[in-house]
Amino acid sequence: MTLILEQLLNGLLYGVMLFLMAAGLTLIFGIMGVINLAHGSLYMVGAFAGAWAASATGNFWLGLPAALVASTVVGIIVELGVMRRLYERDHLDQVLATFALILIFNELTVLLFGRQPIFLQLPDMLSQPIELLPGLLYPPFRLLIILVGLLVALGLYLLINRTRIGMLVRAGSTNRDMVRALGVDIRLLYTLIFGLGSMLAGLAGFMMAPVVSVQVGMGEQILLATFVVVVIGGVGSVKGAFVAGITLGVLDTGLRAFMPGLLRHLMAGPDADALGAGISSMGIYLLMAIVLLVQPKGLFPAKG
Amino acid sequence: MKLRTTLFALTVALASATAAFAADPVKIGVITTLSGPGGYLGQDVRDGMKLAIDMEGGKLGGVPVELVVEDDANKPANGRQIAEKMMGDEKIKLLTGIIFSNIAGAVVPDVVDNGAIYVSANAAPSNLAGPDCNANYFVVPWQNDSLHEASGIAAKELGYKRAFILAPNYQAGKDALNGFKRTFGGEIVGEVYTQLDQTDYSAEMAQIRAAKPDVVFQFHPGGLGIAFLRQYQQAGLLGQIPMVLSEPSSDAVVLKSLGDAAVGLKVTSHWSPDFDNAASKELVAKWKATYPDRPLTTYGTQGYDVARLIASALKATGSIDNIDAFRAALKKADFQSVRGKFSFGSNQHPVQDWYLLEVVKGPDGVPTTKTVRKLIENYGDIHAKDCKL
Repeated sequence: MTLILEQLLNGLLYGVMLFLMAAGLTLIFGIMGVINLAHGSLYMVGAFAGAWAASATGNFWLGLPAALVASTVVGIIVELGVMRRLYERDHLDQVLATFALILIFNELTVLLFGRQPIFLQLPDMLSQPIELLPGLLYPPFRLLIILVGLLVALGLYLLINRTRIGMLVRAGSTNRDMVRALGVDIRLLYTLIFGLGSMLAGLAGFMMAPVVSVQVGMGEQILLATFVVVVIGGVGSVKGAFVAGITLGVLDTGLRAFMPGLLRHLMAGPDADALGAGISSMGIYLLMAIVLLVQPKGLFPAKG
Repeated sequence: MKLRTTLFALTVALASATAAFAADPVKIGVITTLSGPGGYLGQDVRDGMKLAIDMEGGKLGGVPVELVVEDDANKPANGRQIAEKMMGDEKIKLLTGIIFSNIAGAVVPDVVDNGAIYVSANAAPSNLAGPDCNANYFVVPWQNDSLHEASGIAAKELGYKRAFILAPNYQAGKDALNGFKRTFGGEIVGEVYTQLDQTDYSAEMAQIRAAKPDVVFQFHPGGLGIAFLRQYQQAGLLGQIPMVLSEPSSDAVVLKSLGDAAVGLKVTSHWSPDFDNAASKELVAKWKATYPDRPLTTYGTQGYDVARLIASALKATGSIDNIDAFRAALKKADFQSVRGKFSFGSNQHPVQDWYLLEVVKGPDGVPTTKTVRKLIENYGDIHAKDCKL
């Protein structure tokens, strides 16, 4: 029982991580119509900036503002310098340009930090696991990540459903041209949304920095799953990103954790492990295929 | 008279041809992984080779050499493309550098079929060590299975009975778990294949906790290993369930990034920075002077040893124009390895000693490995008997 609970928490953690990445991506994709492959690079920028600031100052928490500011600023520079020229182009041009950005960011990071992974030490109060239930030990930093992720989801919900900017965002993802025709400065809105998406990616990067290794290419590792979340949730829908992110996180973790064990009842150990690993790595893509069959526009399509 | 002029002209032509030849450096193609999470592995292999070349003033074994380095980005298809370009356009006859076994599996057969020589600096998959071994394929570091068989021996000798084992789902990962199981002999309470691009191991941590093994053995090279060990620590398992590691999951960079948490880990390896031989001491000092910010990893030593092996063969032959002579010279392994004893077995994989190491706090506060004892002597690999060379 504690094992299932622990895996559920793990799935939740992976889910909120995917949500933080996908929320920005789905807004950028849905509202501006841009496929931004470089979103993972902003995640990397957040992780590197945070880890660097934290180790330079010796204070872990100073890494957080550094990560947020760095990823937002870099995101806005990218929007002003590159993305603006891509809105009217077709998707192939966008993919090529943003793929080039991945390469540029990776090489710049190599120049600045080198190829060796860097280390971000957790503060002592967060590094020892705490006992949630008898027998259920869990790292407090992971609980914090889940909490922050859920708070961000709530904040985004309020921002999008209760504020004027949110209204424009919703309008923009439903009918871009109408918003423009009504005299809204759509360019400013685009820059703001891109900055917001970048900031969320940077936040995700900083929070994952003490858990995974901070290194060049870390963004591409999470990017593919993020796109799956965006597709399943429905392009442009933050609600969809949240539901799909959590579902995918729990599904992926659950399959990885329990599939080999279940299969071991049916066949020999090594075969079960190999097959289980295979099935669980396919899981999220299978789900994507099924969702697309039933709901070709995703679970919560933003456009009618 | 006419004959004499012709002879004279011929002599001049020959002399200038030899001179031109001497000025043309021997090109060594280095296909390696320089980007992504495995990037520092390739960087260290490359820089180990560079260091050996720089120490001889741009030469190896007295022959000028030139490294042609290309990044395979950890993708087998890229590796193969680069190899074909190097052998085709640039007429390179000697290649090395591949880090990951799945790339070696795609590239090495192509290279040896083209009559070129491949000297491995890291990857040593089982499928190239047995019946499919090749006279043109030399491996300097280890054979994948042997590397992890040493860990199995260590776990057994340390008295552990029940092991939980994990590795990524690719050729070297399978070799790793097979190797460990072959020599461990105890009960395997869990066997998990992770993904090669996995970053979060929390699901595996929960499984390990639930299985309550005596010991955990895991093989996760490069950045994967850092993430795995860090999460093992954060899950509170590091103090509870001991871990035995083979060298790639605990190289100097992994240890540095783990900090004090790494102290006490048991590692099996063919080299440790505290080795008391002249070649090792020279390299440790030279590396520290050249790259003060980077710890010397075994990848660095393997690149260095590959270059020194090539140097020994070039010293004997002077060039690689006669590929048969060069191959024979390589096979003698007439160089001082930083590991001490080194020779090639019948399948041209190393026969060497394996050691048990323990992670201790180094003089500068950065964790390093200390030799505990020799585990096994003159150890080759299980696949050599299937190789008909």
